[in-house]
Amino acid sequence: MEKYREVGRQVKRVDARDKVTGRAMFTDDLCPKPCLVAKILHSTIGNGRVISMDVTQAKVVPGVVGVFTCFDVPKTTFPVAGHPWYAASAAAKRDVADRRLLDDRVRIYGDNIAAVVAEDEVAANRALRKIKVEYEEYPVTYDPREAMRGTNPPVQEGKPDNVVGHTLAVTPEDRLRAMGYSSVEDAVRDPRYHHFAFHAFTGEQSQAHIEVCVSYCYEENGKLTCVSSTQIPHICRRIIGQALGIPWGSVRVIKPYIGGGFGTKQDIHFEPLNAWLCHQVGGRCVKLELSREECFWDTSGRQPKDFEAEASVGDDMRLHARSIKAWSNTGGYIHHGHALVLNSVNTFRWLYHTQEDAIRCEAWTVHTNGPHTGAMRAYGVPEGIWCAECLMGDIAHDMGWDGVEFRMRNAIVPGYVDEFSPSNTISYRTDGLRACVERGKRLIGWDEKRREYAHQEGPIRRGVGVALLVYKTAVAPFALETSNCQITLNQDGTFQLQMGATEIGQGADTVFCQMAAEAIGVRTEDIHIVSTQDTDVAPYDPGAYASRQTFVSGAACKDAGQKMRERILELAARLYPDAQGGLDLRDHAVWDAAGNRLVDLPELALEAYYNLHRTDQISTRGQATVHQNALVTGCTFCDVTVDVPLAQVTVNKIVSVQDNGRLMNPKLVEQQMHGGMAQSIGFALSEELLVDPKTGRVRNATLLDYKVPTAMDVPELIAENVETQDPMGPYGNKAVGETPIISPAPAIRDAILNATGVKFYEMPMTPQRLFEGFKREGLI
Amino acid sequence: MYDIESLYEARSVDDACRALADDPQAIVVAGGTDVLVKCREGKLAGAHLVSVHNLTEELCGVRLEQDGTVWIGPITWFHGVTTSPVAQRAVQTLCDACDTPGGPQLRVSGTIGGNVCNAATSADTASTLLAYGALLDVRSVRGTRTIPIGEWYTGPGSCVRERDEVLVGIRIPRASYEGWTGHYFKYGKRRALEIATMGCCCLVRLSADKARVDDIRLAFGVAAPTPIRARGAEDGVRGLTVADAAEKIGLLAQRDTNPRDSWRASREFRLQLIKEMSRRSLLEAARRGGADI
Amino acid sequence: MDMRILKCTLNGRPVQVGYDPRESLLDTLRDRLHMTSVKRGCEVGECGACTVLIDGVATDTCLYLTDWAQGKDIVTVEGLQAPDGTLNPVQQAFVDEFAVQCGFCIPGIIMSAMEMVNSGRTYTREEIRKNLSGYLCRCTGYMNVINGVEKAVDIVNGHVGAGEQDASDVDWSQRVKDGLEADCAR
Repeated sequence: MEKYREVGRQVKRVDARDKVTGRAMFTDDLCPKPCLVAKILHSTIGNGRVISMDVTQAKVVPGVVGVFTCFDVPKTTFPVAGHPWYAASAAAKRDVADRRLLDDRVRIYGDNIAAVVAEDEVAANRALRKIKVEYEEYPVTYDPREAMRGTNPPVQEGKPDNVVGHTLAVTPEDRLRAMGYSSVEDAVRDPRYHHFAFHAFTGEQSQAHIEVCVSYCYEENGKLTCVSSTQIPHICRRIIGQALGIPWGSVRVIKPYIGGGFGTKQDIHFEPLNAWLCHQVGGRCVKLELSREECFWDTSGRQPKDFEAEASVGDDMRLHARSIKAWSNTGGYIHHGHALVLNSVNTFRWLYHTQEDAIRCEAWTVHTNGPHTGAMRAYGVPEGIWCAECLMGDIAHDMGWDGVEFRMRNAIVPGYVDEFSPSNTISYRTDGLRACVERGKRLIGWDEKRREYAHQEGPIRRGVGVALLVYKTAVAPFALETSNCQITLNQDGTFQLQMGATEIGQGADTVFCQMAAEAIGVRTEDIHIVSTQDTDVAPYDPGAYASRQTFVSGAACKDAGQKMRERILELAARLYPDAQGGLDLRDHAVWDAAGNRLVDLPELALEAYYNLHRTDQISTRGQATVHQNALVTGCTFCDVTVDVPLAQVTVNKIVSVQDNGRLMNPKLVEQQMHGGMAQSIGFALSEELLVDPKTGRVRNATLLDYKVPTAMDVPELIAENVETQDPMGPYGNKAVGETPIISPAPAIRDAILNATGVKFYEMPMTPQRLFEGFKREGLI
Repeated sequence: MYDIESLYEARSVDDACRALADDPQAIVVAGGTDVLVKCREGKLAGAHLVSVHNLTEELCGVRLEQDGTVWIGPITWFHGVTTSPVAQRAVQTLCDACDTPGGPQLRVSGTIGGNVCNAATSADTASTLLAYGALLDVRSVRGTRTIPIGEWYTGPGSCVRERDEVLVGIRIPRASYEGWTGHYFKYGKRRALEIATMGCCCLVRLSADKARVDDIRLAFGVAAPTPIRARGAEDGVRGLTVADAAEKIGLLAQRDTNPRDSWRASREFRLQLIKEMSRRSLLEAARRGGADI
Repeated sequence: MDMRILKCTLNGRPVQVGYDPRESLLDTLRDRLHMTSVKRGCEVGECGACTVLIDGVATDTCLYLTDWAQGKDIVTVEGLQAPDGTLNPVQQAFVDEFAVQCGFCIPGIIMSAMEMVNSGRTYTREEIRKNLSGYLCRCTGYMNVINGVEKAVDIVNGHVGAGEQDASDVDWSQRVKDGLEADCAR
């Protein structure tokens, strides 16, 4: 593997000191106080139309500045997903525009129908309570398969069957016929093989970042400025422009530190409304901060999904054929649409499709009157892997096979190319999976525990489980991947690094400093990163999602760094024409081939700025358009105790080992893994947004009732890596931001199966579901 | 900022009573963890608050009275009860119960009196105070009256305390705790920051040889619209060996209780919890009393 | 309602500030005293992000009326650095142990860590978990946070029996140096 000096170093986080002293500024910390505040009126029905609204009493509440209803806003619709935009030449790839600032067509419970701007929040809330609304009400549909049979009216105009997207990837008929099958279904049911099938469900997980969604807007210098807690400032600027129908250049978005996003803030939920309200009150500063409750129902959680999965397997442990059908509930609005469930069924396929004869992956994304849903960490992958691993777990259990051996007989191998993806661009090039699994087995004590837990009875039982994962970095080849970066030489020989990519807590700023330093040939400590993205000056990058930034933005960063190095050496060559041979930049100085120290970097920097004859503030622009991706693999092993009569699962020990390619900073990778593992434990056992199917109302929109694990619920987390050098990553890296949330949940499911023999297909496996399962199987 | 119309910091209990009498809309606030949350939700928007937050001299602390009664000031934090040496010696199970609401920060804002006055069936101290047979003293401009906790609860979130009455003392008589050991079992979906899916308190008094249950008090939160005693179960196991009592108590307790079906947990699941938690609580209470099981 | 004047001690200095009696201490600290480390996460005592020390006790300020803070001694993360800028041992340990990710919950968590440090005793990991159970952190899985607290408490109180020494007298900068040297030796 290539040797690096700065990349791979365990550098302390560049933002840590500010964050432990309280000096790191988040959106509301920067907002000038007092300022005007905006609050939103939400519908109290789940489907229907606002007939009329009476705001007379609301307007006279002391402190109220303005009341605006769905009848006052422009008719413009706009897309809100944090996806790339496309030039006219690829306009078909653009996102669907289905949202308005406020809408009289109510599609979900709590839809946004009016807004109040007031001197303070108490006045705003009092005014909201005084608005009288008259509705026309339609029946609520929450089940996607029911919605597909058609609703009157459809949730979104022009989609009578409420279907947003439908895809099918299936083994070609000629190949099936050659094997004597008429269809994949036929293959899966071939009586020469063992057949397995089930229905599964994965619930709506909420990101539950601790900083709520918040922005504030003001007008200045003929422009509209929006400071927002967003993962995607440049996309935010575009969408505000689209929503308000104003030139994008007249919008400025500033993104300071943000208190977690995990995908919520990869949507532009409320910034356009905030901007519009600001304009309505003459450009005065208006803050729009969601309440915790609004964050639960009115931002986009993980799409809930129904699955039907089937498999056939031979006595030789070889998977013969598999089929998955998935129905994803995107709720009242499209947001990220079909891309999510596509990830589910694709990763279901990739993980175990090395030697199968046949495969069929079909998926629908459907509108219902449920809360709109969208991106959450790993973007559909945890749900697909959940299904894949439920199948593998069931088969191993019923056949009496070792779960690891069975999985490894079928798991993805180097050289695997996905035949169903564009231009064969999804392929598994470097493989750490086998080493990951070996390491994981040792860390958990797999063989010993399988023996120890083999014949248990009684109310309290132990179990050990395993799950694998596969994950594709970034959005290519399905969508555009682009990034820009700017590096400037300072007078003292240090550098300013300005990324368009964003720090959202994952440590991007630190890693970019390391990458830039590596490329230039200096120390990470010589790089000053501009953490804030201000779209007036920050280079274009779509932002933090798809675990794309070290892979894609990292390439731009490396490009800018290499150019900077070249420019510095060019300057030195010009100033020292007598130097011998090629020049080198190392140890903060420029050297010639004979080993002469020509000039220290700070001195050279002063020449660049202040040379009487020729000056040049050296600044380089890095750019990357990436068409490739990398596949991350890995595994989780865990040990659980199941208290059957109390329907309680305790995770005693959990180990994740991943191949994320080269590690840019091992401690930062560990951080990502810890956080992802904890979120996955929550998804497995406790986290689910509960929707009343009759009304579409979210029942548990508080941090008390939505069960994010506390420090007492998360066990000691063991996170390790097997390093490989990915040929496509700028420094051999693949991805890490999202991958850790994929495999822990199915590993816990597998351990419960091992402990009790009970198969659970619904996630999360809450005490209620565990109770029902144990009762059904006669354990209670 | 809270939507409250007025805030009066009482200087004494009498002052608070007078303020409550003077303003027919006024309500009491102590720790704030219930009242302020309701103000924010809008349920108590525009509230007129009379705060007893600062009346620590009159209303805070745990002490042993001359006759052995444990007196608990109602604005004592949960944490204050948990860490009180007096409470630990006399009513350890109440200390345990006071260690379960919310998280550590909530337990230094929320008060035991607030927990009683809020009257939620899920209140973590309710089943334990019920089992200990607490006496509740309330005062208003009309005078002071004492209400046995068994007569306190009138329905979900309601109790016999009048709007203008201030809870001024929680008393646990010596006979109610001396010789008793207990266990509070909170079942939640998390180990902290949790509202009880089921709460169960079992107090036992063992025979001299520690083999039999001479007397027992079993109380539940969330097993009915109000906290309740499971008297049928108590009668059914009184006098049995600890092992027999543990065997029987679960099914008996199910008959005494009437949990609701809700999205938080089904009735059937709650009945299962009642059965299992009764048994485990009794065993743990007996173990603490010296039983060898 | 008419404004009132809050007189209290904030980060060791006496302050006076006007406030609306409807304000929570969270509002007053953030919007009037610019202690923006005190974060708003839920407003109902369920996340812990707004925790400060009030008379030495880690308390959620969202459910604490400013009116109740009269005369109190309040400490926020802004008050923890030494005058020369040296980080407090808890802050330093959080940096060194990679406890910080998005950082939004961190100022609150540090206050509970301070409460433990100030107690003069050491804690098991289970005790630390319980003492931090009033916080929701979505980034860290709590692992490195617990490592940070454990390290800081050990640095400050590690050689002291419970109750033997009042931590406010400790020479922290020396303790930090000792801790770092011990680390390097490892």
